[in-house]
Amino acid sequence: MKILIRNGRVIDPASGRDERADLAIASGRIVAIGQVTDFGAEREIDATGLVVAPGLVDLAARLREPGRKHQGMLESELQAAAAGGITSLVCPPDTEPALDEPGLVEMLKFRARKLSRCRLFPLGALTRGLAGEVLTEMAELTEAGCVGFSQADTAIRDTLVLQRALQYAATFGYAVWLRPQDAFLGKGVAASGALATRLGLAGVPVAAETIALHTLFELMRITGARVHLCRLSSAAGVALLRAAKAEGLPLSADVSINSLHLSDVDIGYFNADMRLTPPLRQGKDRDALRAALADGTIDALVSDHNPVDDDAKTLPFGEAEPGATGLELLLSLALKWGADSGVGLADALAPITCAPVRVLGDALGSLAASAGRLVEGGVADVCVFDPDPTWRLESGVLKSQGKHTPFSFAHTGMALPGRVRATLVAGSVAYEG
Amino acid sequence: MLQLDAEALYAELLGGVRGLLKPDSVLVGIWSGGAWLAERLHADLGRSGTAGVISSTLHRDDFGSRGMAAGTDATKLPFAIAGSHILLIDDVLYTGRTIRAVINELYDFGRPASVQLAVLVDRGGRELPIQAAFAAARVVLPASQKLTLARDAAGRFSFTVREQA
Amino acid sequence: MLSRRNPQLNAHGELIHLLSIEGLPKAVLTQILDTAGTFLSVNDREVKKVPLLRGKSVFNLFFENSTRTRTTFEIAAKRLSADVINLDIARSSAAKGESLLDTIANLSAMHADMFVVRHGESGAPYLIAQHCAPHVHVVNAGDGRHAHPTQGLLDMYTIRHYKQDFSSLVVAIVGDIVHSRVARSDIHALSTLGAAEIRAVGPKTLVPGDLRDMGVRVCHDMAEGLRDADVVIMLRLQNERMSGAMLPSAAEFAKSYGLTPEKLALAKSDAIVMHPGPINRGVEIDSAVADGAHSVILPQVTFGIAVRMAVMSIIAGNEA
Repeated sequence: MKILIRNGRVIDPASGRDERADLAIASGRIVAIGQVTDFGAEREIDATGLVVAPGLVDLAARLREPGRKHQGMLESELQAAAAGGITSLVCPPDTEPALDEPGLVEMLKFRARKLSRCRLFPLGALTRGLAGEVLTEMAELTEAGCVGFSQADTAIRDTLVLQRALQYAATFGYAVWLRPQDAFLGKGVAASGALATRLGLAGVPVAAETIALHTLFELMRITGARVHLCRLSSAAGVALLRAAKAEGLPLSADVSINSLHLSDVDIGYFNADMRLTPPLRQGKDRDALRAALADGTIDALVSDHNPVDDDAKTLPFGEAEPGATGLELLLSLALKWGADSGVGLADALAPITCAPVRVLGDALGSLAASAGRLVEGGVADVCVFDPDPTWRLESGVLKSQGKHTPFSFAHTGMALPGRVRATLVAGSVAYEG
Repeated sequence: MLQLDAEALYAELLGGVRGLLKPDSVLVGIWSGGAWLAERLHADLGRSGTAGVISSTLHRDDFGSRGMAAGTDATKLPFAIAGSHILLIDDVLYTGRTIRAVINELYDFGRPASVQLAVLVDRGGRELPIQAAFAAARVVLPASQKLTLARDAAGRFSFTVREQA
Repeated sequence: MLSRRNPQLNAHGELIHLLSIEGLPKAVLTQILDTAGTFLSVNDREVKKVPLLRGKSVFNLFFENSTRTRTTFEIAAKRLSADVINLDIARSSAAKGESLLDTIANLSAMHADMFVVRHGESGAPYLIAQHCAPHVHVVNAGDGRHAHPTQGLLDMYTIRHYKQDFSSLVVAIVGDIVHSRVARSDIHALSTLGAAEIRAVGPKTLVPGDLRDMGVRVCHDMAEGLRDADVVIMLRLQNERMSGAMLPSAAEFAKSYGLTPEKLALAKSDAIVMHPGPINRGVEIDSAVADGAHSVILPQVTFGIAVRMAVMSIIAGNEA
C-alpha cells in the first residue's frame, strides 16, 4: 500500500535530520523524504504538529511466550508494543520452556510474524534450560533467528562454564547478553543502603554488580567475546563500564526506564510495584546512569517490560514477583529523560532507535542498514507521535496484560509526555490511536 | 444566661451530705469536678483518710464514636469496695450515663452494700433511670448549653455556662 | 512522586493501625504510654476486664509461630472484653497455597474487627492494612526484620518507668541487630522520644556499618558499647545466624558479646537490663544477670500486656 505521512517533524537521530517534511512509503519501504507531491497515496496520515521518527527498537521485553500460565500473551503484548511505537523488539530466553531449542524459536518467530505488529528478535539461551551447565546449540539457534545469547536473570555460577560459553560464542562472533549480577550477593530484594536497612529488606549490595562486571571483563579479555551488558544499575558499575570501553573491550550496555527515573525511596510503604530487578538504587546511582546514557557510555534505553499479573504483585514486598510493564512507556520515559536532562527531543530518541540497532549489529542481517533509522530506500518502520505532555497512565489505558507500573498517575500525579498516534511496520499500519 | 453561685451551692451540699452519711460510708468523687467536691467535703466533715476518686473512662458507652480519651485513668480507691456503703459525689447530673459507667467501674472492684448519689446541680434531661438522693439545686438548661464546674488556685468553686457549637 | 500519608494515621492524625513506630509523632507514642499506665492499674483489680472492645472480634493471625507473643495479645484482648480467635496460619491455609489477601478476605467475611498479624516478610501488615475494609484495624505483631512496634513500645514503657527522662539516656542494644525487628522498633522509638545516645553493639556481620544511617553509634567492641550505659537491651541470638555463615558458634558469640556481671559492671551502677525474650541463658545473657538486681525482664512482660491493651483500645476507638 502507498502511504504518505504529511507535514510532520521528521527526526532521524542517526543522520541528524530534524525538519518538517513528508514521508512517502511504498512496498514496505520509504521511497522519499522531503516535499512530496504527485505520490498517489492510497492512505494519507496528517502528521501536522506531530513527530515522525524511526520505529522504536526495544532491546528487552518479556512476552512470556512460550509460557504455561497466561492466555493470549503474545497477541496482547505485541499489540502493546505497537501501541508504544515499537517496531522491533528483543525478548530474553527465560520463557517456559527456555528458548534453548531451535523449534521453540522458530515457532515464536512464526507466530509473531503472523500477528504482524512488531518484528521479534529472540535471544537464545546460553546454556540448556538456563541451568549454567551445558551449552546450547548456538549455531542452530542463530539459524532459527536468535540475535544473541543470554542467561536472562539467572547468572552462571561456575566461572569455568561461563568462560567456555563466552569462548564458544566468540568462535562464531555471537554476542552474549548478560546481567552483571553475582548469583550469591544478588539474592536480596532491595538495594543495600539506608532504606533497605530501615525497612528490614534483604539488601543487594553494589558489589553484586561490580564483582560480576570485573569477572566478565576479565573473561572477555581472555576469550575475546562480544558482550552486551543488560540493565546497569549503579554509579560504580557505570565507572567500570566506562573504563572497560576506554580500554577497547567489545562492549555495549543498556539501562531500563525504571532505573533511569526511580530510586529506592520510591518503594515508600513497601509498594510491590517497585519490586524490580535490578533493584532501584540511590539517587546518585540514578544520576550516574542518566549521565552515562547522555554521553553514550550506556548505549540503549530499554523498557525491561515484564507483564507481572495481580496475584504475583499483591504480596508482601519480598515475595512479590519483580518486574513492571514497560512497552507503552518507553517513548514517554525517553522523552521525559530528554526534557529533564536537557538532552533534547532528537537526542532522546537515539537510545531507543539507532543505538539499539548498532548494538544488534550484523545479527539483524539486511535490516541493520535501515532499522532504527529513516532513510530513503530503507524499511518503513515508523513511529508517529505527539510530543507534548498529554496522557495520564491510568488503569484501562494499557493494552498490555501487565498493569503494574511505578509510573501510574495515581502514584506519581504526573502526566507523561509523548503519545503514539501511529506505528508502521514494513509499511503497514500496526497501530493507530 | 443562668448564673449559679457555686460556693453557696456547696454549702447546701455539705448540709445534705451530712444528712446522708452513715459512720461507715465512704466518699467517692467522680473525676474531675466531683473529685474536687469530695476532697473539700471530706476535709470539712473532718473524716480520716482520703476520699476516693473514680473515673468513668473505661466504661463509657460512647467509646465507639468518641474513641479512647487521652491521658491516664484517674481512679484511685484506697479502701475495699466490697460490702461498703458508697456515697458518690458529682458536680452536674444530666443524662445519667456517667453515673451508669461509674457504677459499672465500681463493680470491677467488688460488690458494694449500697450506692447513693449527691450532686451540686441536677439539670434534668435524664436518659437513664438514675436519681440523686440530694441535689443542692435543680435547674433546667437547653441541651445546647454546657455547665462546667471550675476550681481556682485558692480552691474556690465557680460555674460557667457556655453555648456549645 | 506524590507524598503518601502514613497509612497508620487517619486524616486527623489519629492512630488507626499500628504497623511501625517509624513515622509516628511523639504525641502518639506518649498517648500510648500514658494509656498503658491506666491499664496497668486495671490489671491489679479484682475484675481485670473493661468493656472497651466488647462485641469486637480480634483475630490473631500468626504466620510465624510464637506462642508467647500470641498469648500476651490474647490476654490483652480478653481483658478488653473482645472475642479472640487464634489462627495458626503456618499450618493451614497458607500451606494449602491460599494467598495472604485471600486469607484476609475470608476472615473479613467472618466479621473480624481487628487483625493482630505476625508474618515472616517485612511489609506484610502494610499490604493487609491497604486491602482490608475501612472499619478493620491492623496491629503488627512482628513483620520479617522490619518492625515489632508493641515490643518497642513496651520497652519504652519499661525505660520510662525506671528512668523517667529519655533525654539523658545512653541505651546500648546488643546482638543481632541487622535481623532484628525489635531493634529497629526500639531505635525508632528511642529517637522519637529523644534518647541522648543509641548504641548498636555486635560483630560486623550482625551490626554492619550502614546501621549508622538509622542514627545509631555502631560499636564492635562490647566494652566500648556498654561503658556508662543507662539501659542495656540484649537481643536473642538465633541459630540461623550460624548456618548463614555470620557467626561460627553460640559459644564464641557469648565470649565476646554475652552479658556477664563483669561486662555489666562497665555500665552505670543503676543501669537496667532488658531482653525481649525468650532468653538463651549462657549465650547472650548469663543467668546471674538475667536473675539479678539490674534485670527488668519480667516487668517487661507485665508492661507488655498493658501496652497491648492501650494500643488495641486506642486504635479501635479511631475511625479510618
